[in-house]
Amino acid sequence: MAVTIELPHVGESVIEGTIGQWLKQPGDTIERYEPLVEVITDKVTMEVPSPVGGVLLRILAQEGETLPMGAPIAEVETDEIPVKTTPVHRHEAEERPAAPAPTAAKLAGTTGYLVKGVRPVGPTGGGPAPEASPEVPQEVLPETSTEAPAKASTESAASTAGAPRLSPAVRRLVQEHGVDLTRLQGTGLGGRITRDDVQKYLEAGPVTAAPTAAAPATPSTEAAPKPAAGTDEEHIPLTPVRRMIAEALTRSASQIPHAWSTVEADITGLVALRTRVRDDFEERERVNLTYLPFVVQAVAESLKEHPSLNASWGGDKIILKKRINVGIAVAAPQGLIVPVIHDAERLSVAGLARAIRDLTNRARQQMLTLDDVQGGTFTLNNTGALGSVVSQPIINYPQAGILTTEAILKRAVVRDDAIAIRSMMNLCLSFDHRINDGAESSAFMQAVKTRLESMGPDTPIY
Amino acid sequence: MAVKTVIEAVREAIREEMRRDSTVFVLGEDVGRRGGVFLATQGLLEEFGETRVLDTPLAEAGIMGIALGAAFRGLRPMAEVQFSDFVWPAVNQLIGEAARVCYGTNGAVLASMVVRIPYGGGIRGGLFHSQNVESYFFHTPGLKVVAPATPYDAKGLLKSSIRDNSPVVFLEHKKTYRQVRGEVPDEEYTLPIGVADVKRAGGDVTLVTYGLMLHYCLEAAETVAPEGVDVEVVDLRTLKPLDKDTVLESVKKTGKLLIVHEDNVTGGVGAEVAALVAGEAFEHLDGPIARLCGPDVPTMPFAETLEEAYLPNTEKIAEALRKLAAY
Repeated sequence: MAVTIELPHVGESVIEGTIGQWLKQPGDTIERYEPLVEVITDKVTMEVPSPVGGVLLRILAQEGETLPMGAPIAEVETDEIPVKTTPVHRHEAEERPAAPAPTAAKLAGTTGYLVKGVRPVGPTGGGPAPEASPEVPQEVLPETSTEAPAKASTESAASTAGAPRLSPAVRRLVQEHGVDLTRLQGTGLGGRITRDDVQKYLEAGPVTAAPTAAAPATPSTEAAPKPAAGTDEEHIPLTPVRRMIAEALTRSASQIPHAWSTVEADITGLVALRTRVRDDFEERERVNLTYLPFVVQAVAESLKEHPSLNASWGGDKIILKKRINVGIAVAAPQGLIVPVIHDAERLSVAGLARAIRDLTNRARQQMLTLDDVQGGTFTLNNTGALGSVVSQPIINYPQAGILTTEAILKRAVVRDDAIAIRSMMNLCLSFDHRINDGAESSAFMQAVKTRLESMGPDTPIY
Repeated sequence: MAVKTVIEAVREAIREEMRRDSTVFVLGEDVGRRGGVFLATQGLLEEFGETRVLDTPLAEAGIMGIALGAAFRGLRPMAEVQFSDFVWPAVNQLIGEAARVCYGTNGAVLASMVVRIPYGGGIRGGLFHSQNVESYFFHTPGLKVVAPATPYDAKGLLKSSIRDNSPVVFLEHKKTYRQVRGEVPDEEYTLPIGVADVKRAGGDVTLVTYGLMLHYCLEAAETVAPEGVDVEVVDLRTLKPLDKDTVLESVKKTGKLLIVHEDNVTGGVGAEVAALVAGEAFEHLDGPIARLCGPDVPTMPFAETLEEAYLPNTEKIAEALRKLAAY
């Protein structure tokens, strides 16, 4: 019985998803709950499991297509009614012109050929053999013996669904030729990049982009960027994740009236604190102690005092969020992603460090769950890690603000009418000017600044 | 060149070598008056007489002991084990003695002998006439193990085996005896032991096999060729010593390896080929090494449907090739 698989409803405020890679192809056998397709939402990239076991009959939604939740995406033949063979393969095989039966003349020689239509007659197979006959013996296919390679392949398919796993051959080619894998579209099982993919890419030369783009199926969306290489330009097709990021940022930049503010914080005390506790902490916790958890704590506590920054625009109202869920921008292999530390104000610096380590690790391994990325009420971006000293971040829609921490620099500053060398860091805020004016946003910034500046070598981190 | 069957090629090889070298003689159950149950030695008793064609009692340990003793004294015996399934009583002479004597005597004593063993399934031989025994001998240093699949290879390799100074286990697949035909040169020729043969060149997947399965593999390669899967079929021909160079060269070209044999999967020849490739061509692999082999059940089933379920065939091999090619 054919069953239609629908794009599942996955969580709050997610109303549509973009089809990523199909991890199964028509004709493939699927176990119940086995990953079937990658779906990219504005929150997270996830693998949608098959609700039934059986054989994938048809794919109804192509890669790159954006569909509302509940839309049909595939048809699966379930085991309730036994499926004798893989219908697609069978079908194709029947449609192909039959290969001419091997003739003695063609296959003779040192290779030899198998005489067909001979029924063995006992242990010695004695008696004269009949003449070669083109009759093909009936071959009933029990599934058992092909099980081994089939299993190997599906296991491998599943394992490629997470971070891109490269075969030894591909890894060697990539190293030898310095190939940028993001330029490649895999054609192997589950979108795996095969050795042939790399070789074809190398043969085509570095200017040509990947041959297949994740083209949107509906013509109403913007035209698919054809990988056309002019003399002066190189066109790179969008990955579904890139497209999602672009849409989210465009929506924020075009709908939210952004205003900006920068303060500088003297964090000499914080630097001393971190220097003092860092080695002990890292040895005990096995967690890298960066400045980020200190900032998250200062921001979370300041948001508690200034709830209008922990809010969103409701059209005819302002919605204050009661939980303080701080998102952290992470550069993951598939693109920018913002995992969320829920109830951040309840965690100590140490707890925040552990939470950040866990989230960033899983973001880079593409193992975040939907819960990890939803519910954010405010966002932090550590642009200082990249050497930036001032930024104008775009708000993570529909939040009220986003704060960046800039590079920490030792600078000569005036303290008590004397010149001192202090560790200085800029904090840049973008805020939704519909919700807050300069007074509220500056008060919030001052609160963050004061908290950071008040930290010293003896501040507890637990 | 004439088209011959495998059994004809074997018979020719024995006769030619017996004519060439008077120290060569054959012994086994029913090899004389009956000409062997497969007729491999038909006509030899008439031509060479009872001193060189020995009908023995039904006792494999005795056959192998006589062969071994004769080899120690400088003759070149060719023992026939009627069916591979019956070789077990002779295993002590083969593995315990023949394989080790050269090493143990620092080369002073040689066991230059050939043990011809009809083996394999697909002929509805049931539990006691279908066994695959190759992996037991494949494991043993001091033996050579040859397993040809075509008349040309069978003749050329059997002649080389008789001339070889090591004990050679020469495996003849029963289903190939009369069902595989091919051209055999009229003139004298031999083929080197330890050299595999690329029976079909291709660039996408390497398929390593031997014996009867070669023919299903070649058919499967043709089946998937129109689908754009270009398969290189390597016929090992000699299992021991394994032709590492040919296997590695092919896998380095294709990046993918499927191994097919009808012997049980665990600890079979395919396991060694897989280990070889994983060890020495790792950086060239672009997919998991796949094996399509007989399952680990104690013996070949008798019922036709079960025997078919047990054995790899063209369709199963083609499916495995498709999967590996798509990886």
